[in-house]
Amino acid sequence: MAKVIINRERCKGCFLCVSVCPKRLIKKGSKLNKRGSNFVEIDPAGVCVGCARCAIICPDCCIEVYK
Amino acid sequence: MKKIFTRPEALKDAPNHYCPGCGHGIAHRLIAEIVDETGIRERVIGVAPVGCAVVAYDYWNFDCSEAAHGRALAVATAIKRLRPQNIVFTYQGDGDLAAIGTNETIHAANRGENLTVIFINNAIYGMTGGQMAPTTLVGQKTATTPSGREGKGHGYPLKISEILSLLPGVCYVERVSFQDPQHVLKAKAAIKQAFLNQIKGQGFSLVEILSPCPTYWGMSPKDALDWTRDVMQKEFPLGKIK
Ligand SMILES: Cc1ncc(C[n+]2csc(CCOP(=O)(O)OP(=O)(O)O)c2C)c(N)n1
Ligand code: SF4
Repeated sequence: MAKVIINRERCKGCFLCVSVCPKRLIKKGSKLNKRGSNFVEIDPAGVCVGCARCAIICPDCCIEVYK
Repeated sequence: MKKIFTRPEALKDAPNHYCPGCGHGIAHRLIAEIVDETGIRERVIGVAPVGCAVVAYDYWNFDCSEAAHGRALAVATAIKRLRPQNIVFTYQGDGDLAAIGTNETIHAANRGENLTVIFINNAIYGMTGGQMAPTTLVGQKTATTPSGREGKGHGYPLKISEILSLLPGVCYVERVSFQDPQHVLKAKAAIKQAFLNQIKGQGFSLVEILSPCPTYWGMSPKDALDWTRDVMQKEFPLGKIK
């Protein structure tokens, strides 16, 4: 079991993480953060494999991965 | 549970000004990870360019200098010669390194300065509004080539890495890309090699990164990554050049 934590305020909504998650657990969220970006959300029910692909592609270092 | 991925110590916990999906953010983080892994944070000195990365020193948690547009390798040469104990790298865009700074770049390489160069090739001038760069592809539309670059008249995409690899002073040249997470890890390995070469005193090392500029390519961040893979690489093939 693994877990990712997304820094919602830092996210710019580029959605690169959405495109690389092999389990498709990351989605464009419905809310905006203070900077006005549509931050991403992780599916709480999904099973994260801890591959860190999302964190490796994130240009803003918004994602922490635990395994 | 163990933390397996987090912000490197050499990258400040500060928001950056880059557009969503810009490759500069990935490159900054990779350099910071390598600085941490090689334990050089107290002795590394970065030289920031003029271009979108002009305030890179605000994001790295180590010493940096700024250089006038294109002059990063001249400034880095001076720093390294005066302080050979320091690990000195430049971080430059294609406009900075391969247009206004071509002279400084070629001569620093030809002198075999023991330096590390991180060259961000995004095929455009980002900071000034998306004008043609020397590395702009034939047919690519930019603010100054609205109907697409033409080889005759505008010049062909400049393969500065291949040119530099011909010089005997150059130790290592590799071209990498940010097209997907695996390639980001390959890019990191190449950047690490370029730093290790300097630490071992082996001379001039350059890593060219095909890096997305979604804003001035007029694409979504995901389409921009795909464009580096499907279009840019036909002109700029990946791999070790020297
Ligand atoms: C001497 C001088 N000439 C021109 C400029 C204008 N200028 C600023 S950045 C830039 C080009 C930036 O492009 P690049 O190096 O590719 O970096 P990017 O912004 O794409 O990361 C130019 C021409 C300047 N600042 N100084
Ligand atoms: S203009 Fe291009 S290179 Fe500059 S910050 Fe935006 S995406 Fe990055």
